[in-house]
Amino acid sequence: MTEPGHEAYVSYLKHEGKHKGILGWLLTTDHKRIGLLYFYAIIVFFFIAAILGMLMRIELIAPGQTIMGPQTYNGLFTIHGIIMIFVIVIPALPAVFGNFFLPILIGAKDVAFPRLNLFSFYLYIIGAVLGVLSQFMGSGPPDTGWTFYVPYSAQSSTNVIYALVAAFILGFSSILTGLNFIVTIHRMRAPGMGWFRMPLFPWSIYATAWIQVLATPIVGITLLMVIAERLLHIGFFDPALGGDPVLFQHLFWIYSHPAVYIMILPAMGIVTEIFPTFSQKPVFGYGAIAMSSIAIAFIGSFVWGHHMFTSGTSYASRWIFSFLTFIVAVPSAIKVFNWISTMYGGSVDLKPPLLYAISFIFLFMIGGFTGLTLGSLATNIQVHATSFVVAHFHYIIFGGMGFATFAGIHYWFPKMFGRMYNLKIANIAWGLNFFGFNILYFPQFIIGIQGMPRRYFDYLPQFQTAEVISTIGGFILFAGLILMLYNFIRAARKGEIAPANPWKGVTLEWQIPSPPPHENFDTIPEITTQPYLFGTSNKE
Amino acid sequence: MNMSHEKSHISTYTSLATVLVILLLLTTLSVGVTSYHLGAFAVAIALIIASVKVAIVITQFMHMKFESLFLKLMITGVFVIFALVIIITFSDYYFR
Amino acid sequence: MTEHHTDTGQFDQETGKLGMWIFLLTELFLFGGLFLVYAVFRAKYSLDFHNAAQELNTFIGTLNTVFLLTSSMTVAMALTAIQKNSPRLALFLVFITILFAALFMVNKYFEWTHKFSLHIYPGSPVLKNLQKGELLFFGLYYMMTGLHALHVFIGMILLSINLVKIRKNVVNSGHYLLLENSALYWHLVDLIWIFLFPLLYLIT
Repeated sequence: MTEPGHEAYVSYLKHEGKHKGILGWLLTTDHKRIGLLYFYAIIVFFFIAAILGMLMRIELIAPGQTIMGPQTYNGLFTIHGIIMIFVIVIPALPAVFGNFFLPILIGAKDVAFPRLNLFSFYLYIIGAVLGVLSQFMGSGPPDTGWTFYVPYSAQSSTNVIYALVAAFILGFSSILTGLNFIVTIHRMRAPGMGWFRMPLFPWSIYATAWIQVLATPIVGITLLMVIAERLLHIGFFDPALGGDPVLFQHLFWIYSHPAVYIMILPAMGIVTEIFPTFSQKPVFGYGAIAMSSIAIAFIGSFVWGHHMFTSGTSYASRWIFSFLTFIVAVPSAIKVFNWISTMYGGSVDLKPPLLYAISFIFLFMIGGFTGLTLGSLATNIQVHATSFVVAHFHYIIFGGMGFATFAGIHYWFPKMFGRMYNLKIANIAWGLNFFGFNILYFPQFIIGIQGMPRRYFDYLPQFQTAEVISTIGGFILFAGLILMLYNFIRAARKGEIAPANPWKGVTLEWQIPSPPPHENFDTIPEITTQPYLFGTSNKE
Repeated sequence: MNMSHEKSHISTYTSLATVLVILLLLTTLSVGVTSYHLGAFAVAIALIIASVKVAIVITQFMHMKFESLFLKLMITGVFVIFALVIIITFSDYYFR
Repeated sequence: MTEHHTDTGQFDQETGKLGMWIFLLTELFLFGGLFLVYAVFRAKYSLDFHNAAQELNTFIGTLNTVFLLTSSMTVAMALTAIQKNSPRLALFLVFITILFAALFMVNKYFEWTHKFSLHIYPGSPVLKNLQKGELLFFGLYYMMTGLHALHVFIGMILLSINLVKIRKNVVNSGHYLLLENSALYWHLVDLIWIFLFPLLYLIT
């Protein structure tokens, strides 16, 4: 392998191919550059959506109108949701870390269809921009919530169609990325890398890719049906025209529930890479973790009705959905046991990646347990559409997928940029993030049970104490995010040069220089052993 | 450059033409069946014939019969998942 | 399953074909959503659906089915021709496929304009007087056949590109992935119609 210092080694960041300069980025087909492009775009959109969230928190610091009226508030939670869900958490992990590391981890030089990969990126940008534009065009920002429930989404006079088209285009980007990854994993693994010699992050990307490919078209056609209802008066969901609004909910959640597995499976894959490295010990239960990813993807495709328990569906279907919802928790729990067992008896090094990975387990479990409260028919009635739900999904998505993402960035940053960040600042930022997060969201469980509805800009005075605490937590968390971002930007520019393998990892990405060269490997490695063998050399 | 190491099976013109004849016969059958008043059975029969036609197009015209086991499993699995989604949705509508 | 190591830049036939198959699955699920809606409303309003379907011309529908089935055969034969190194025969067969597709679209055009002349279209005043199930039937009819026709049109474009590439000997007996994938796409268009036809035309 070329080492830095060797004449032939050029980092992918500096490589000059067919196009020079900025075109070398805008027209790149290098999976690493595409991963970075997504990374930068997502950081920008994340902070936009986070600020929108902070504005909501400021509004909620007191009952009644504080800084905005109800229409503005409705527009805010709608766009906050649309950006966070469709522009950030669904695309992020496959598009950033899947793109950057999947080929490297399986010993390939790129994905199966590099130009399709670039096309996916531009679809993503177009969709994201269209979503943002929906705020500023003619009849006003959409106020339907990101879930676009009919009949309101068919009737609202705001720019709903912009948002629907944006979501459709973003979905198409997701489908093409998933397609690319499935073919890549099937066709481009290094010689000797059978399925069960593949590391676990690629396994999680594989399961995720199938959901992207199969579930997304269904929401695609559903959004088209809503557009048809708005423009052509085709009334599949309008009772006056014979339709059924609950049918929209079915179709919407048939995608949007599996979508949360698109969010969480790669996150679980990332922490599964981190635990063995920072315990210097093979992952416990490789087979169980691989198969549980597939199981979650499969079973999770059939639980969507738990979003609809109070919508008037049949008792039989509610029973079935509740049952399957409980079942799908099992493979997730299996993963938790395996992660903890991986650390047990290992040489544990509490660097930032591991710190975030352990926090992930804690926060994900709170989210998971409260999911059971929601999944249980009787208790669901009390907490449906309250801030209990808001707290639950923020724990799972932000505490789960978000913190796993932070773990992944802290883990792979030295590989991607060839520089190390400041560990002390990283730990301080972690503290602000972790404690700020819990102060922000935990009170919302409590007032949710007490009856605080979600998506309301006003509330009864008895909830104010909790809302104030929550808002304070939001500011602490926001400070932590800014500090973390500052740490990374500073490191990328003038951080200490990082070695090829700062964490003593054993998967393929640590065997190549930091940053990697354009084609990843001089020669494609030949794989002869299981992954995660510590203390032995497992490559030729 | 075709780097495939498998010898691709090439369908003969005769086999393809035979497949078309069978498909046209099945089409005639499904149209003919509608002239009998079979009520609910008509739906079932029409769908069964359509499914047979689909299977023939997939295995013969689309060459699935000669493709890898993985591809066969994939397409079967996908139809199964879709069927399950419809069945579970009907667990709501049928029992309301 | 066989594992193939492919170098980036060398476009492996099997890889390209797998990508196309997965794309076809996404199309199946796209239409699948509409089939789900159809199933739900057909179960609820079976009599209305039966009545509304009388408006459809079974003969034209059957003719269109024959066109598409035949075009599937001709494009499959075109693939055989190119694999057997008969590019002129392949050209001819692809052309015939496009011709049948065009005939399908012409039929569709007449069907739709005929209905428009009877004021049967979404949002029309006539439709308002119909039963709810009939309204839904026509909504589904337009959306499903409309989306399908869009795919026929895209298929025609893909096949036309193949005509050009075969003539230029870019697609030939050694390199025929584009034709193979376009043929797969075309068969999908046929498949969807095979289900649409009985569900819309044969429920009288």
